[in-house]
Amino acid sequence: MNRQLKQVAVAILAMFGLLLINSNIVQVGQASSLRANPHNVRVLYGEYSHQRGPIVVAGQSVAKSVKTHDSLKYLRTYPGGAEYAPVTGYYSLVYSSSGIEQAENSTLAGTSDQLFFHRISDEITGRTPQGGSVDLTINPDAQHAAYQGLASAPSFNGVRAGAVVALNPQTGAILAMASYPSYDPSQISGHNTKTDQAAFHQITHDPGDPLLNRAVNQSYPPGSTFKVITSATALSSGKYTPSQPLIPAPSKLTFNNTTHTLSNFQGETCPGSGQITLAEALKVSCNTAFGGLGLKLGSDAIAKQAAAFGFGKHLTIPIGVSDSNYVKTSDPPLLADSAIGQYSDSVTPLQMAMVAAGIANHGIVMKPYLVADTKAPDASVLTRARPQAFSQAVSPGVASQLTTMMEGVTQPGGTGTAAAISGIPVAAKTGTAENVPGQPTHAWFIAFAPATHPTVAVAVLVEHGGVGGVAAAPIAHTVMCAVLSCP
Amino acid sequence: MSVAAPLGEKRRATELILVLFAVVLTLVAFTSVSAAYTNKLPSGLLQDGLGFAALAIGTHLAVRWLAPYADPVLLPAVIFLNGLGLVLIHRLDLATLTTKHATHNAPLQLVWTVIGIICFVAVLYFIRDHRQLESLTYTAMAAGLFLLVIPALLPASHSTVNGARIWIRFGSFSIQPGEIAKMLLEVFFAGYLVRKRAVLALAGRKVAGMTMPRGRDLGPVLVAWGASLLILTRESDLGSSLLFFGIFVVMLYVATTRRSWLLIGIVLFLFGSLGAYHFIGHVHERVQIWLHPLAPKYITGDSYQLAQGLFGQATGGIFGTGLGQGRPDLVPFANTDFIGSTIAEELGLAGLMAVLTVYLLIVMRGIRAAIGTKDDFGKLLGVGLSFGFALQIFVQLGGVTRLIPLTGLTLPFLSYGGSSLISSWILLALLLRISDAARQPASELPQSPDEFATMVVKR
Repeated sequence: MNRQLKQVAVAILAMFGLLLINSNIVQVGQASSLRANPHNVRVLYGEYSHQRGPIVVAGQSVAKSVKTHDSLKYLRTYPGGAEYAPVTGYYSLVYSSSGIEQAENSTLAGTSDQLFFHRISDEITGRTPQGGSVDLTINPDAQHAAYQGLASAPSFNGVRAGAVVALNPQTGAILAMASYPSYDPSQISGHNTKTDQAAFHQITHDPGDPLLNRAVNQSYPPGSTFKVITSATALSSGKYTPSQPLIPAPSKLTFNNTTHTLSNFQGETCPGSGQITLAEALKVSCNTAFGGLGLKLGSDAIAKQAAAFGFGKHLTIPIGVSDSNYVKTSDPPLLADSAIGQYSDSVTPLQMAMVAAGIANHGIVMKPYLVADTKAPDASVLTRARPQAFSQAVSPGVASQLTTMMEGVTQPGGTGTAAAISGIPVAAKTGTAENVPGQPTHAWFIAFAPATHPTVAVAVLVEHGGVGGVAAAPIAHTVMCAVLSCP
Repeated sequence: MSVAAPLGEKRRATELILVLFAVVLTLVAFTSVSAAYTNKLPSGLLQDGLGFAALAIGTHLAVRWLAPYADPVLLPAVIFLNGLGLVLIHRLDLATLTTKHATHNAPLQLVWTVIGIICFVAVLYFIRDHRQLESLTYTAMAAGLFLLVIPALLPASHSTVNGARIWIRFGSFSIQPGEIAKMLLEVFFAGYLVRKRAVLALAGRKVAGMTMPRGRDLGPVLVAWGASLLILTRESDLGSSLLFFGIFVVMLYVATTRRSWLLIGIVLFLFGSLGAYHFIGHVHERVQIWLHPLAPKYITGDSYQLAQGLFGQATGGIFGTGLGQGRPDLVPFANTDFIGSTIAEELGLAGLMAVLTVYLLIVMRGIRAAIGTKDDFGKLLGVGLSFGFALQIFVQLGGVTRLIPLTGLTLPFLSYGGSSLISSWILLALLLRISDAARQPASELPQSPDEFATMVVKR
């Protein structure tokens, strides 16, 4: 019988061997795919089990974790509310995360490589690991002015929508990034998945699409604000100065072999007797002059200039930014339209703020950024933003000429006088962009101030807001004043 | 088995050192759980530690007194597993403290441990020679079958917990009679096979080079097969059914030394499995869940437990999250069915391998005792107990780690639950008793149970 007993022992060894091999497969071989399974809430619970770092604006937390008594030990709350939602994003059990919450997750969750030694020391001392904090470049006064401005902008079909971006032109620091309508991230970042889902359902079924960050993730036709780029193309070509040569400015631009015409806003005629200087054309936003100028400059030159301002270049701030586009064409009517910011031109509000900022900063566009620095839980600095040039858009000379021309826009007789600040010169450009036929135009305004030594550049868009100088310019005014502390 | 001690050596000191080592391991685990949860030493570390050590040393002294020649490794291995089980159950209690359904299972498990050890000592005391059990062969059969069928006869309200009809329930009191029944039937099988093996080993015709038994001798194996199918259909207990049949076939093989019995067993098993898969709804479902645990239609319902268990094991990886630092509490029944997944998550593959090794040690020492003992009944009982123990671990952990479909068995000494713990301690007592007989010098060995009885009288 002993022989059989030994055989049983060998069989048992084989059974245990199978168990071991199988566990190796599950715990090593399949481990990464099992860990990544969306039904595996352990990763998320792990993140919730220690305190996530705050998102800070001027010393105040706009997003922070507070201790709770349920199984997820910390609850994410958003003191910044809807005003800061496009910046912070949300941090949800059900819907993952967005905004800075997503882009800076490794710092906030404490899993960043820079926090490696903190983690090790937490392990050794038995301290509960904690996430690092993210300090933003946002100026709270400018952010508040931008959000409040959008909240009282004109609405269309019951939807009030728009976006504001303000930059420090010398560094690229983002001073304001507002999108309207917005939402309260706390509502979908709770621990009760049922109420989170109900709130999310309500938000996603709002006709205004509050989850859309219009400042960086939605593109619009730029309308007449694009004339700044056409002007830059002309000046950079060396064939034009703000005053010479005179540009034809008929009441209507006609083309061969087509019935398509290009006329001015509400059929007006531009000042002068059918001829106008570049500076005057920009000041009054003369469509026929810029349409004709576009035909002379050609699509390639305009595309090159647009690219120099950042069109078509991928950008993260660290939130991902949608590309802005200028589509080349050799068809004269379309080319003329493209030179005044219509046809297929599409831009984000951030891109237009970069255009204003590039001119303000002697032709150099600085790379926009939201994160000023990241800090470890003990407040030691982990990373600090270093301003870097994004592109050389125009020469300093052309930048200076454009500045002077844009100052005209806010001077008496210009289209953007609503943004003028007493005692401070403001360079600007209005835009009134046609979009869907029959619907009100989008109102645009880009500006920077003080024109002599700019510290703020801004772009404002009000969807279907009507005329840029009326609907958008006042918002730009309050945002700039919030930064400049206007008298 | 190279460390086999020469016959007649007691090696109780070795056992004591190993027992103390197991106690220290348990207390280290206990402290580590507490540190992870509160950053502090456990408040009652001293008295809990001394209490557990006293219990372990007391058990060791009982072995020293009642089974002085027994294998010195078995008791320490069990103390380690029982201690680790207590720590894990305590750890899962802690995870529920902040929820609405706080559990306090660890103190209860400690009570069951004490009762288990009392039963262990009682078995060693009253059964001074395992051959006494041979005279109880048919009593064991009657008692075993009775316990096995009680749940099926009771109304479902007194026998069904979480879908399996394997309990006896009255109010808050509930036991799983199957665990005790399993051991009684092992005693019966051993006694029965010792008597009948000559007949069962008689040669019939040769098929494919293998000597088949005579047709009329197929009776017992068919009865065992039918009984296990009955357990499956009446009590929805896949695990016990498999265990019961597997133990019988292996004991039959060892007793008769005829490989044809294994073949017949495997064929019957395959027929039974196929039939069960096609005709028994919950078996079909178990197999589907086993094949597709992450399928969308199962993952939030039927396979939720298995999927969460697998996620836990994957999170554990090679070294585990550390005690108290994972989320094994996300797995339903983490302290009973899925305690293996709790180990894999917090102690990692390394920890699971260590536990498996300790189990293997117990099984191999059990088989060695069976090999060493001189009587056939002892050999059969020893292999039945050891193989049954191994098969239960294989089926249980195999289910949790998705090697085979999931069944409702418990992991001996680790899982929460009184029936399982008490019967495991009784099993250990029987193994020690056989081992003690195997390693005793021949001079001290009573020649027969009768002689032993007279010795008792003489004293």
